[in-house]
Amino acid sequence: MKIKKNIPLIDQHDKKTGLWGGKFGGSYIPETLKKPVEDLTNLFEKLRKDKNFIKERDYYFENWVGSPTSFVKLKNLTKHLGGAQIWTKVVSEANGGAHKIYNATVHCLIAKRAGKKFIVGDTGAGYAGKMLSMAAKKFGLKCKIFMGVKDIKRQKPNCDAMKKNGAEIVPVYTGSQTLVDAVSECMRYWVSNCDTTHMCVGSTVGPNIFVKICGWSTSQISRELIIQIKKEFGKIPKKIKLLNCVGGGSSSFGFWNEFMHYNKKQIEFVGVEAGGPKKSKKHAAPLTYGSKIGILHGAAQYVNQNKEGQIEETESISAGLDYPGVSPLHCFLKDTKRARYTAATDEEALSAYQLVTKYENLNPSLEPSHAFAEAIKIAPKLSKDTIVCVCSCGDAYKDKHILKKRLGKYKS
Amino acid sequence: MISTITSVFKKCKKEKRPALLTYTVAGDNNKKKSLEILKSISKHVDICEIGFPHNTPIADGGQIQTSAYRSIKKGTKLRDVFQIVKQFKKYKNHKPVILMGYYNMIFQYGENKFINKCKEVGVNGLIVVDLPWPDNKSFAKKCKKKSIIFVQLLSPTTSNKRMKKIISDSHDMIYYISMLGTTGSRLKISSKEILKNYKKVKRINKNKNCVIGFGITNETISSLKSADGLVVGSEICKEITKSLKKRQNPVTNVSKMVKKLKNKIL
Repeated sequence: MKIKKNIPLIDQHDKKTGLWGGKFGGSYIPETLKKPVEDLTNLFEKLRKDKNFIKERDYYFENWVGSPTSFVKLKNLTKHLGGAQIWTKVVSEANGGAHKIYNATVHCLIAKRAGKKFIVGDTGAGYAGKMLSMAAKKFGLKCKIFMGVKDIKRQKPNCDAMKKNGAEIVPVYTGSQTLVDAVSECMRYWVSNCDTTHMCVGSTVGPNIFVKICGWSTSQISRELIIQIKKEFGKIPKKIKLLNCVGGGSSSFGFWNEFMHYNKKQIEFVGVEAGGPKKSKKHAAPLTYGSKIGILHGAAQYVNQNKEGQIEETESISAGLDYPGVSPLHCFLKDTKRARYTAATDEEALSAYQLVTKYENLNPSLEPSHAFAEAIKIAPKLSKDTIVCVCSCGDAYKDKHILKKRLGKYKS
Repeated sequence: MISTITSVFKKCKKEKRPALLTYTVAGDNNKKKSLEILKSISKHVDICEIGFPHNTPIADGGQIQTSAYRSIKKGTKLRDVFQIVKQFKKYKNHKPVILMGYYNMIFQYGENKFINKCKEVGVNGLIVVDLPWPDNKSFAKKCKKKSIIFVQLLSPTTSNKRMKKIISDSHDMIYYISMLGTTGSRLKISSKEILKNYKKVKRINKNKNCVIGFGITNETISSLKSADGLVVGSEICKEITKSLKKRQNPVTNVSKMVKKLKNKIL
């Protein structure tokens, strides 16, 4: 299994099967969805070559999403840790407070071109839902968001935002009542309404085409970053580590994409999964803990499951990472050894949050706090000319209730 | 050798009625009861579809989800599913059984091992909800080699061109999904329209036995009786749920219900 040069990673799947590396991805979907998925595939392939569409995307990214988000050095944290330079890409500056806005915007633009008036999406942390509701409002689409009941309870601020944007939140009571069930329910809804409704999958998961659209959209992050790094350092420095949390894997893929063909000794990708509570056996880290390949939500991927193939419940403090599977793109990056994956526990993420907010004027949500935990772990052992860049992909406002409960206070 | 499934369709045609197919989840509401349900409905049913439960069923509506979760909660494993089929076949060897489920379970078990086990316990057909054509070609071939009918699915969104290809690759039985929806949704379109689509399938190849499923209830079943076969699933799962709630025996209730369904298509 090898990554090809000069071809975007999202296109390196087999044309017929839709599989990356011969075993990840594909489109394991009910017959009813074959046609809508094929239509969407054709439309997307057309649009990504359409200059006007690209212009439109860039216009909204720049003027509405707010591009570029800043790339800054965390001087105090660097000094405190006393090793590598810690930098961050503050993606949470994007409109709405997280990277999910890129995928949501692109999906709404596609839905408009497809002549659809309704859009549906899934959400875990609530950011995918919040952004989709924002974009839907912006582009005049009626929006429904599927969300697990457990997540509705723990991410209330984002639910309030969705309602304010006029979206309907559909509570999902089945299974573990988290993201995995929200995605299933959203797909079921789409099966019933695919003639009038566009579906947005909230991460780089799901049937092949949804992985591609999302990866294509979030790649905006690294498109900005590569320019910013060159500007900051005059060239691409010799030792860079790009750290990002990985749930479904949309922000990390977007954060890495433009650097894909650099040697990994120069630019290393480190994905940090959710290890769950320290004392629990449950986790949301299929890559780190060697889960087997299985099929979830229409794609083959490493996924937490039992011997029989029943999907296992996950546990994580971070709703956005609380997903038993992971993007086929990350499975591919793992098996080709282009990226390295590790996990941080709930407790490690919480203390990372505390440390970052103590030293810096930054408020990373629990998801990127997992990536910061790894940065804090490795930075002291690294040389001063090593650049450790953490993607701060979401803002912690949505986590204020959890943080208050676990830490006794929420900073602002 | 003619498949048992094929001969059942022949017999029904002779009797000028559609075949009645039922779907129940193996292990719902427990292993013993689900076998009893199968035994007791088998006198009215022509083909038994038996689901092996999965906990992320992306194409099933609420009723079948409830049944599947209930069964998984009782600890139903694939080995139990095969056991149920084996015992049912011992009781009624000539009654065709079609297993139905999601691909991940087969993938984890191993395709070849799964098919061999099916053969061993007497499964006659297989439906895999999330393994559409053409991805199912090699699996379907493996089934054929063991004389197990792999049932291809068609839906209202299937284009004519695709339909022709699927039908030409299909075995003796095809499953036409009546409408856009998950199992157990309410019929959104008229029976007339469903039959119009159904006839499109038959025009492509009149020799393939085509059954209609999704949204078929006591109210809708008789209006569709010109089809080769009709599948009732969610309605039965719902009856089990209702019986349990009322603390009644699901075996007798489901059996009564299936008998009623049968009378509507005679």
